[in-house]
Amino acid sequence: MSLTKLEVQQVATLARLQLEDGEIDDVVDKLSRIVDFVDQLQAAPTDDVLPMAHPLNMSQRLRADDVTETDQRDFVQQNAPSTEAGYYLVPKVIE
Amino acid sequence: MHQRTLGALATGLAGGEFSSRELTEALLGRIERHGDTLNAFVTVTADAAIAQADRADKARASGDAGPLNGLPIVHKDLFCTKGVRTTCGSNILGNFVSPYDASVVERLANAGAVMLGKTNMDEFAMGSSNETSFYGPVTNPWNAKLSPGGSSGGSAAAVAARLVPAATGTDTGGSIRQPAALTGTVGLKPTYGRVSRYGMVAFASSLDQAGVITRSAEDAAMLLGVMAGLDPRDSTSVDHRVPDYVAGLSKPVKGLKIGIVRQHFDEGLDAQCAERVKASLSALEDAGASLVEVDLPNIGLSVPTYYVVAPAECSSNLSRFDGVRFGHRTDDPEDLLDLYCRTRGEGFGAEVKRRIMTGTYVLSAGYYDAYYLKAQKVRQLISRDFKNVFESVDVIAGPTAPTTAFAIGEKTDDPITMYLNDIYTIGANLAGLPGISVPCGFADGLPVGLQLVGPHFAEETILSCAHQYQQLTDWHAKGPEDFA
Repeated sequence: MSLTKLEVQQVATLARLQLEDGEIDDVVDKLSRIVDFVDQLQAAPTDDVLPMAHPLNMSQRLRADDVTETDQRDFVQQNAPSTEAGYYLVPKVIE
Repeated sequence: MHQRTLGALATGLAGGEFSSRELTEALLGRIERHGDTLNAFVTVTADAAIAQADRADKARASGDAGPLNGLPIVHKDLFCTKGVRTTCGSNILGNFVSPYDASVVERLANAGAVMLGKTNMDEFAMGSSNETSFYGPVTNPWNAKLSPGGSSGGSAAAVAARLVPAATGTDTGGSIRQPAALTGTVGLKPTYGRVSRYGMVAFASSLDQAGVITRSAEDAAMLLGVMAGLDPRDSTSVDHRVPDYVAGLSKPVKGLKIGIVRQHFDEGLDAQCAERVKASLSALEDAGASLVEVDLPNIGLSVPTYYVVAPAECSSNLSRFDGVRFGHRTDDPEDLLDLYCRTRGEGFGAEVKRRIMTGTYVLSAGYYDAYYLKAQKVRQLISRDFKNVFESVDVIAGPTAPTTAFAIGEKTDDPITMYLNDIYTIGANLAGLPGISVPCGFADGLPVGLQLVGPHFAEETILSCAHQYQQLTDWHAKGPEDFA
């Protein structure tokens, strides 16, 4: 196993994913296999190679900083689990 | 009516043989009859489809018919559709109703196409068998025990079963071409940036591209002409001329230089599939194309490269699903962190969690250089190999998938076995190249796909080569008997 249970739990915390107790062993097993599999990249000679940033090697197209969207807040917030007065509600963050 | 291709249906509609309403009702009837067997649809939009068909009939009567007027289409449930649920195959988007249309959806609708529904898919397009969908696996119309492939499995199954003549799909690592091969349909993945990604739920933004699944190359050309082109709302869409793809189909294969990649016929390819693919290459040679052996020395590293780059991008893209602005939210969270972790733990399926975690791992401090940066360098090597090959050939031809359709449940225990399904398709995504899979025969009664890959923006070349091949053969006209 290339990853330990502790490492997997740390990654899950970074990814903001709660894993159930029953899931963890399977995740450790499969994630280890994936990491072992991609480890074969280490053998490729890439000393003078630049990392590829874009499939067409193009640079980002920019646009003028103009307002193009109309205000659709009420419509968009219909999808929100919890709102009040146009705001999104979450559990209290600051006491 | 349901046996006809999009092109033949267009002729029927134009000649007044039947109305769009009649066509729409006939196909909705087939979807109702066969929908449950295949599980190809997440949502059927019958009422909206009838209304759209009536509008198309009216437009035709007043001489105002668009290029796809009254023609039926379905969309992979990854394209946002205004006012219609867009789940992306996930529980986390189970109640998400998009406030806007994806550009692809909008362009097709503006051309007169009639949307019949949204198709099932692997969750967030992460899968090669449609088994990761929260809405259950899709079955293959050729054999209900088998997978149709994925992630655009619902689209491929619906087209193969003649429920619809055409469907949209998306292809990040083979998700259009592989299911097309496994269901005996045509699957086109255009050049990266050729079609707008606006309104597609993002998986891996440097790889994702929208395309189509149809029954003929001609139909794919008809649709691409409408879908392609610059979209200011997608900053990676490219300002490149959109040719008349249908007019380009008549270009003969005589003189075409076809590269055969030596590595594609190594171990791993099923012997019968290899035989079918080689027979199709001989047919193209007999028609005047010349076959040239070429090498892609680093192509063997394409799958591991992909499984660093794609999860890295997915871990970033899927961070937006946090239970705050839309989608599923957990009950009674203790605090904000608990809200995030439980919402995401409940909302995502096992494969999506694995990919998010793989991506988080390869991007985390201490591993970034060793995995992510390394993979982007190998990606450069793979891309360079393709570039070198395209200096001497016009297209590359070979198998789309290593085997025919496999059993549902056969590959779910080992993620690597599943990932290797995309061994022939992933290279085109890493390099941003256009590719198409066309039916090229059967092995033990199951369809085999021939894949053609071209240089950037050479959709005309691969489409005309595929079309000319379909003039020489009739594999694409054969459908599964249970859905005749």
